[in-house]
Amino acid sequence: MSDSSTTRYAIELKDITKTFGSVVANENINLSIKYGEILALLGENGSGKTTLMNMLSGIYYPDAGSISISGEEVAITSPTDAINYGVGMIHQHFKLVEVHNAMDNIVLGTKEKHLKPIVLKEKILNISNKFGLEIEPEKKVYNMSVSEKQTVEIMKVLYRGAEILILDEPTAVLTPQETEKLFAILRKMKDQGSAIIIITHKLHEVLSISDRVAILRKGKLIDTVETKETNEKQLTELMVGRPVSLKIERPEVEEKKTILKVIDLSVMNEDGTMGLNNINFKLKKGEILGVAGIAGSGQKELCESIAGLMKVKTGAVLCNKENIIGKTPDEIIKLGISMSFVPEDRLGMGLVGTMGMVENMMLKSYKINKGFFIDKKPARKLSEILVKKLGIVTPNVETPVRMMSGGNVQKVLLGREIESNPNVLITAYPVRGLDINSSYMIYDLLNEQKKKGVAILFIGEDLDVLLELSDRIMVLCHGELKGIVDAKETTKEELGLMMTGKSLQGVDIDE
Amino acid sequence: MNIFLNFLIASVLAGTPLLFGTIGEIMNEKAGHLNLGVEGMMAMGACAGFMAGFMSNNLLIALLAAFAAGMIGALIYAILTITFMADQNVTGLTLTIFGVGISNFFGEYMLVHSETNSLKLPEQITAQLSNINIPFLTDIPVIGPLLFNYNAFVYLGILTAILCGIYLNHTKLGLNVRAIGENPGAADAAGIKVTKLKYFNVMLGGGICGIGGAYCSMIINGGVWMSNSVNGMGWIAVALVIFASWSPTKAIFGSFVFGGFNILKYYFPKSIITIPNAFYDMLPFIITALVLVITSIRKSKENSQPASCGVNYFREER
Repeated sequence: MSDSSTTRYAIELKDITKTFGSVVANENINLSIKYGEILALLGENGSGKTTLMNMLSGIYYPDAGSISISGEEVAITSPTDAINYGVGMIHQHFKLVEVHNAMDNIVLGTKEKHLKPIVLKEKILNISNKFGLEIEPEKKVYNMSVSEKQTVEIMKVLYRGAEILILDEPTAVLTPQETEKLFAILRKMKDQGSAIIIITHKLHEVLSISDRVAILRKGKLIDTVETKETNEKQLTELMVGRPVSLKIERPEVEEKKTILKVIDLSVMNEDGTMGLNNINFKLKKGEILGVAGIAGSGQKELCESIAGLMKVKTGAVLCNKENIIGKTPDEIIKLGISMSFVPEDRLGMGLVGTMGMVENMMLKSYKINKGFFIDKKPARKLSEILVKKLGIVTPNVETPVRMMSGGNVQKVLLGREIESNPNVLITAYPVRGLDINSSYMIYDLLNEQKKKGVAILFIGEDLDVLLELSDRIMVLCHGELKGIVDAKETTKEELGLMMTGKSLQGVDIDE
Repeated sequence: MNIFLNFLIASVLAGTPLLFGTIGEIMNEKAGHLNLGVEGMMAMGACAGFMAGFMSNNLLIALLAAFAAGMIGALIYAILTITFMADQNVTGLTLTIFGVGISNFFGEYMLVHSETNSLKLPEQITAQLSNINIPFLTDIPVIGPLLFNYNAFVYLGILTAILCGIYLNHTKLGLNVRAIGENPGAADAAGIKVTKLKYFNVMLGGGICGIGGAYCSMIINGGVWMSNSVNGMGWIAVALVIFASWSPTKAIFGSFVFGGFNILKYYFPKSIITIPNAFYDMLPFIITALVLVITSIRKSKENSQPASCGVNYFREER
């Protein structure tokens, strides 16, 4: 690349403002990025990162302000415009047609005339060689891993010849090894002169990949700093607006009695594949057992089979030598096990979105209520206690929970489950979509329960968090247990290898 | 043997309106729109086709009128669901009620104002709609009458099915349409004009349904106008889409099978067992219900309903 004084600006944003109703998502944003540069966009949830990027990709149109690309002022009114200006966006939720193969997804919507599959394949493989992508053009998307799907998304952008690439949280679902691979591709693209904007929550990734960091808070651009001159602490402070401790506690609990023993648990999925294959482990009181694995490795099946929501093919879950598989929730409670399940799909399985907090509380306690009519008073009282205790932000306890932000919804759900005094707590991705503050609040809640002697099964996706919070970590891959490791002794790399299928030899700390 | 051959031929004839309806609905669903108004669009086509033929004495004009009427029905549906994001199921059901109603209304109006109190298609059109004799081919025993001796609608239906199959599976436009039906967000992000293509496909499908309706009014009753000529065929067509696993070419076979169920009562030998006629009338609907149950067990991702079918697409949805 030429030296910086003559480098062209890829994108210049001037005074960009976007509102949704009364909510200001972006306010007077001024930001620019050069060709041959990687810019990281950092901010908590709801700080307006995705909205800002969606204006570049033509999903939204700014209410005020101007966008220039390569020095020329442009109006991006649709994704087609964005593509024509050379802007390619890789969304957090992939925009791929599942039943089509990679090739069909890549050429989708391009203007050139219909190419023969052989010619097209050749063309795709040429581009992938140039940038070091690994891609199988004829593979159907639904057969692909998350990382493969992402590669297809990147290929789509490259195929259109885009020189400006925007990635919205691309590493959220990748293993450390896959993340490294992605970064290698991004660096290669940067060397070839592309401008890249990457949105991520993970500070160490920001520091490793970017040249500059732009920080958004509550819709405003707080600062832009050179990556070389900053550190994780400074970035967090800029992002949150005040100093924050980044350490997750791991309290030690003395009494560690096994409460659940899972033996040879196998689950068959609807499509006939094995969701879980001969899983064996013990869950102890006063510990957090972390579960790591690539998305779809059997986490859902594990939670739901233990919680009694999914039919088990073989195996047992023993509690005091009694198998709880096949028992009704009532019978399980009589055995002295009170299980709470915080599912990943909060509004789908956990709460009823159109109901308020009060009614959602009653979903769990309806049995206590005798008589024909409902008594809302205890539930209302509980709701008010939770609002105060957990700092839930809601206009009032009758407001439909779907109107609340993700963090508050999670607090309502977790709060309700904890209030029922469980001794086994299963949580799936409890901090997914939550910002730093809410996440730490949730970790504290979990630790509090752990200290009370609750056995916690914690399905996580951020390995850093799993390593800091859990006592032990079990790793799943394709429904198989690849090993259980001590969280204090293992490394991210080791977990990453296990997540992609490498079994741990000779180590078993499940005692 | 002869009865069996006649039964097969009659099945094809009875299945042809189903074929049009099914292809029309496939075009809708592939673009992500579950249009339950097939019955209504067919009824509109039935009325418009018959009346246009009756007045113009020209088969081509009758067909065009039927196509246009189906398209207008589909346009109403498209405006409501694509532009105004109305619920697809409710809109579709309403379209059925509207289409059947307006068709009967106009039919009745024309009937009342006719001199003989009956409406009959002109001789010329009836002649054009009689079975086609292809020299040599029609004369081949068994195969001749089975394959080469139908009215023009039958061949038009099969041709439509094949053309639609090619359109959906082998052209760029078809690829774009399929992408919209599966994941409109992905199609939009890829720069496809989602709204425009949805309108195009929904209206094309409606037009094809209209032709199917014209078959009901112009052929089934021998060229005499009768109200309610579509008589539930549209509903069977909606179910047939599932039976045909969203493939226009597979719809050919499916519609002829269901056509067979429709006319079984005339061909089932009474000497073996006597079954009440009501049972035969019920049969296609029972089979439809069974097909729905059985096919819902199917697991293949490719041969199932487009993932976004029934869900309206709004780009700025948060």
